[in-house]
Amino acid sequence: MTGAPSETIKQTLDDPRLQLAIYTASGRLMDHRATAVGAGVLPEYQDLRTQANLIKKHTIENLDYYLEQLEANVVAHGGKVVFCRDGQEVADFVLGLAKKNGARLIVKSKSMTSEEIHFNERLEHHQLEAVETDLGEYILQLAHQRPYHIVAPALHMTRYDVADVFTKRLGIEKEVVPENQTKIARAVLREKFLEADIGVTGANFLIADSGAVVVVENEGNARLSSSTPKIHIAVAGIEKLIPRAQDLAVFLDLLGRSATGQPLTVYTSFLSGPRRGEEVDGPDEFYLVLLDNGRTKLLTDPEKRQSLYCIRCGACLNHCPVYRKIGGHNYPWVYSGPIGAIITPQFHDITENGWLPFASSLCGACAEVCPVKIEIPKLLLKLRSEVTEAKQRQGTGGLERLAFRMFAWVMAHPKIYLLGGRIGAILAPLVPPLGPLKKWASQRTLPRPAKQSFHQMWAARKRT
Amino acid sequence: MKVSLFVTCIVDQVFPQVGIAMAEVLERLGYEVDFPPAQTCCGQPAFNSGYPQEARTVARHFLDVFRDSEYIVVPSGSCTSMITHHYEEIFKDDSKQLEQAHRVAPRVWEFSRFLLEVAKAEDVGARYDGVVTYHDSCHALRELRIKSGPRRLLAKVQGLTLREMDVAEECCGFGGTFSIKFPEVSGAMARTKIESIKKTEASTVVSIDSSCLMQLQGVIDRAGLPIRTLHLAEVLASR
Amino acid sequence: MTSRDQILADIRTALGRSTGQTPVPLSAPLLRGPHFDRDLYVPTFAQRFEKLAGKAFVVPDAAAVVPQLSPLLDGKRVVASNAPFLEACGITGLPQVESGFTDRDALRDACAAADMGITSADYALAETGTLVMLSSRQEARLVSLLPPVHVAIVPRSRILANLDELLTLLPKPAEQSSSMVLITGPSRTADIEQILVRGVHGPGEIYAVIVED
Repeated sequence: MTGAPSETIKQTLDDPRLQLAIYTASGRLMDHRATAVGAGVLPEYQDLRTQANLIKKHTIENLDYYLEQLEANVVAHGGKVVFCRDGQEVADFVLGLAKKNGARLIVKSKSMTSEEIHFNERLEHHQLEAVETDLGEYILQLAHQRPYHIVAPALHMTRYDVADVFTKRLGIEKEVVPENQTKIARAVLREKFLEADIGVTGANFLIADSGAVVVVENEGNARLSSSTPKIHIAVAGIEKLIPRAQDLAVFLDLLGRSATGQPLTVYTSFLSGPRRGEEVDGPDEFYLVLLDNGRTKLLTDPEKRQSLYCIRCGACLNHCPVYRKIGGHNYPWVYSGPIGAIITPQFHDITENGWLPFASSLCGACAEVCPVKIEIPKLLLKLRSEVTEAKQRQGTGGLERLAFRMFAWVMAHPKIYLLGGRIGAILAPLVPPLGPLKKWASQRTLPRPAKQSFHQMWAARKRT
Repeated sequence: MKVSLFVTCIVDQVFPQVGIAMAEVLERLGYEVDFPPAQTCCGQPAFNSGYPQEARTVARHFLDVFRDSEYIVVPSGSCTSMITHHYEEIFKDDSKQLEQAHRVAPRVWEFSRFLLEVAKAEDVGARYDGVVTYHDSCHALRELRIKSGPRRLLAKVQGLTLREMDVAEECCGFGGTFSIKFPEVSGAMARTKIESIKKTEASTVVSIDSSCLMQLQGVIDRAGLPIRTLHLAEVLASR
Repeated sequence: MTSRDQILADIRTALGRSTGQTPVPLSAPLLRGPHFDRDLYVPTFAQRFEKLAGKAFVVPDAAAVVPQLSPLLDGKRVVASNAPFLEACGITGLPQVESGFTDRDALRDACAAADMGITSADYALAETGTLVMLSSRQEARLVSLLPPVHVAIVPRSRILANLDELLTLLPKPAEQSSSMVLITGPSRTADIEQILVRGVHGPGEIYAVIVED
């Protein structure tokens, strides 16, 4: 389909190693999730989903109120809030802060939001080093690659790929054992944690009544990034808000289980500002950067604003049969899978990514597992009609529109339908697959219209 | 008692035997089967391709054809859910048609659900010798919540052994225009299902949606495998 | 217009809300009580902790702590937090244990060089085998984070059922401390070929000693 990266999709499909990696990794995450939310383990799972959806709906629909509450509480605890319209403003702020403090080194923990705004690249040319500290992200940074999956960023790489990256970028001898590779990264990054001037984390949740950020992880790099440097900056999309700390009982129960099957990830940090009073350690300064970058655009449509409920668990990716075939890099933006398919055309020009909402069989597996009950297939359908409307305004896609107009007309006129059906039945065996049907036929033996339609068979049956 | 058949456009044009089978089973259970001949399609192809207005035109015709039917039995999960779940969206700005949709939709029954919940028949006296595996079509499974019903019906078929494939709930890859717009991905998805089906050593794949069966059969034939696909109605009509 | 004002204005326009408009109140938070008896908190915690590849010991009183831990502590360089409970258990008196840090840099250097960090814990959650640590003068963040081994010594009274009970007790953790961390198992990753490796950045080995008295 026009705009779709057909070549790279085909390459991904034809790569058996990659296919196996994607399928088994996502399959494993699916199984872990199923165990963790099973009726015997978490009987209240569906109630939690309903509750999470309601809380998100409420928060998003009153976002300005909760943002102001969040801000007031952050300030009350000694932190500062910086609202940024886009990635450039975030970069300007961080650069300004770094300059003011003579900062040279930033340690970063995993943050899709920072990937979204190309945070590291923006800082690159300013004598400011930003090092990714999540193992997968660190490897990707060295390899100059984009994350493959929201939760498992280096899903597509083998230990040999990692060995190559380490040898090339760290100048060490080839090491292929994952445990040793991890030890190497740990040692390198430990130095960075201890040297760094600024620590940047993302935030899984922003808590309005506490002025706090919640960061969940398994490695410990977010804890370190927010504890060893003197300055901690948390970067988060404005939609990450939930009203109360007590709402975490619902969200934390859903997040870990949906993402990896863990009732709680190894570390859950609830951070509300710089160190206080007699606390021995912790940062001296805390900044919460709240990013818009187009989120306010998504707020406008009451049907589509539920796209902002997403808590970035990755479950939809794991269950999507399309994602499991084409992998993360075939999506145009940092957010892949079903969530990527609905937010990309909303954040960016819909015609640019017009193919994306159609890259789905509408199977609904994503909606079934979304912890906050985003109606993904419904939104895909809505986006599809928006794409066709946009095309009509642009003056493209006329042939397809004509075909469906004819389809509608034929289907509303039974006699024409019946006639057309019979003509088709007679002609079909004579005509080779043309155009779009040719590609379709490359994959399968084409079905042929029946010699007699049901209408005809029924009429014959009635006569006997 | 009288029931009306909505055979769906794909059954009408490509798999009419499924419609005949469905009629036979219903007649065997004592129903008088009616076939409103002006029927065509539910409108799903247009709706799924992003043409809701065109879908509306077709949907209006459907509602008109079946306005007097008390029971409308459909050999398809996706067409049934189009009517029962999506006509709401299609007619949201047309209160008159919406009212009509609200009246007609509750009378629309996917075939297996009609048998179990209305006819209350689990054993329809069918016989089919062989190992069968069941494919859960997506709309049926996730929108209509049809999972155990067809399996219960198959369990009562004499001579039939039901063996589950490990990816029964995974999408076959058809998705209507999806298979035309993304044919390689669609084919890859079908091949994953076929691999799983092979492991069951089933000779037959059964589903309640002909579009899925068409998708799977196409890839099965391309691979030269001795597996056939049958609609549940065809199995239940076998003697 | 500042970015802040612009963003808030855009939000209000998108939502059709006016400045200062209070939302219709949200229903009360969903907090589920404990699923099991208080008597089972200790064994449940120990079981869940060990399921995460931690090692749990249950000792009758404070005096039994050091004997239980001495094989682990042998020949190790240890940093202990300033929790009074650790002193009561005789930990801070041990020769290989450094404690009493109030200077951030000194603490950091000690933790970076140590083989083991010993802390108490403010709470523990039985259902998930979780340790809850609030940053304070008694408990610094880095003691449970920098050394490769973490030992937590916890009086049984601090064990709660689950996160819901913790949040019922502490509806606003931010009022207590700048940092509350829930620790559930040793540091881990599966980023390379989905193979589980422990001790990536945080401690790869964790121990819990529950003191019954």
